[in-house]
Amino acid sequence: MKLDGNAIAGPLAEVFGRDVTLAVMTCSGCHESAVIARAMVYVTAMGSVARCPTCDRALLVLGPGPGARIRFSMPGVSSLELTPDEPDAA
Amino acid sequence: MTHRPAAWHAATVRSVSRETASARRIEFEVPTWPGNDAGAHLDVRLTAPDGYQASRSYSIASSGDSRRVVLAVDEVPGGEVSPFLVHELQPGDQVEIHGPLGAYFVWTPGDERPVQLIAGGSGVVPLYAMAELHDREQDSTPFRLLYSVRTPDDRFFASELEQIAARGRLEASYVYTRAVPAGWHSAPGRVTRDALAAATWPVDRRPRIYVCGPTPFVETVADWLTELGHEPRAIRTERFGGG
Ligand SMILES: Cc1cc2nc3c(=O)[nH]c(=O)nc-3n(C[C@H](O)[C@H](O)[C@H](O)COP(=O)(O)OP(=O)(O)OC[C@H]3O[C@@H](n4cnc5c(N)ncnc54)[C@H](O)[C@@H]3O)c2cc1C
Ligand SMILES: [Zn+2]
Repeated sequence: MKLDGNAIAGPLAEVFGRDVTLAVMTCSGCHESAVIARAMVYVTAMGSVARCPTCDRALLVLGPGPGARIRFSMPGVSSLELTPDEPDAA
Repeated sequence: MTHRPAAWHAATVRSVSRETASARRIEFEVPTWPGNDAGAHLDVRLTAPDGYQASRSYSIASSGDSRRVVLAVDEVPGGEVSPFLVHELQPGDQVEIHGPLGAYFVWTPGDERPVQLIAGGSGVVPLYAMAELHDREQDSTPFRLLYSVRTPDDRFFASELEQIAARGRLEASYVYTRAVPAGWHSAPGRVTRDALAAATWPVDRRPRIYVCGPTPFVETVADWLTELGHEPRAIRTERFGGG
């Protein structure tokens, strides 16, 4: 099912300990930047993939790990910018 | 925006009521809830007796510092989670919720730019939260809503939205895709680009735009808004899935 970065705010908050939908990801393929909320997210029973809204490269992958763990990787992200607080930035 | 960390909470159902023929409003009491901004969502996690877990996201219709959290859930027939929430969940039952989530798709009072809300179906839930907060806080920003929904009876928060509009706090327009009221100005049908342009703030008003609903609806509307000349950064979208 096709969704967007809002839909993975919960699992990402487990990873980062806070809401990161306003964090800015830079794609290592096309070098464009966008907030996580604007990524294209595809959800299956095996987990979620967040793709670059510009070039479709897989940026983030979230899935079940062993036991109750979450497995998380950032295969297509060259940098991630986070504000220390949570201002209305974007 | 108040800093409200996301965490897991135990939520007890306080009341359930019919929202539409296919949807239900659910009010939770969450003693540890930090409050939430208008437009935020949460994840509901259900655990079966055998330990199997399923979680889904739901937008929060309420906002502010309250420990009361209101959801409105539409049944997706054959779905894993929504039929349970719509038909089985009863007052006194407990579920786990994770939130508040989503600092992107929120509106906070005190901004001059007019606000355009555009909803498809249950996608009105976070937008209703924004319109309700705007009304409650007597914020002076002009608000408009364009709501696409199957029939008048399928509108979520129908009477609340009518009351807010009657107070002059919201200009609401409706597009009915399956059946229209007697004497309606047009036949049932989907939103068109022209109808969108006619019912929304013009580009020179520089509105902040929030679009929410089924994924194809959100993508079609967002593309048209860009074609009409709205600044892509001013268009915030939230896709609920489905087709
Ligand atoms: C950020 C966010 C906020 C949301 N807020 C709300 C809300 O306030 N109210 C609400 O009712 N729903 C909301 N949703 C949708 C909700 O999360 C579920 O997708 C929906 O309740 C269906 O779950 P299910 O387990 O019943 O169906 P599933 O078992 O997940 O799916 C069953 C079948 O229905 C299809 N399907 C899944 N989701 C949808 C959908 N949304 N529309 C149409 N078909 C679908 C699937 O492709 C699948 O074929 C939101 C989604 C997101 C990402
Ligand atoms: Zn890219």
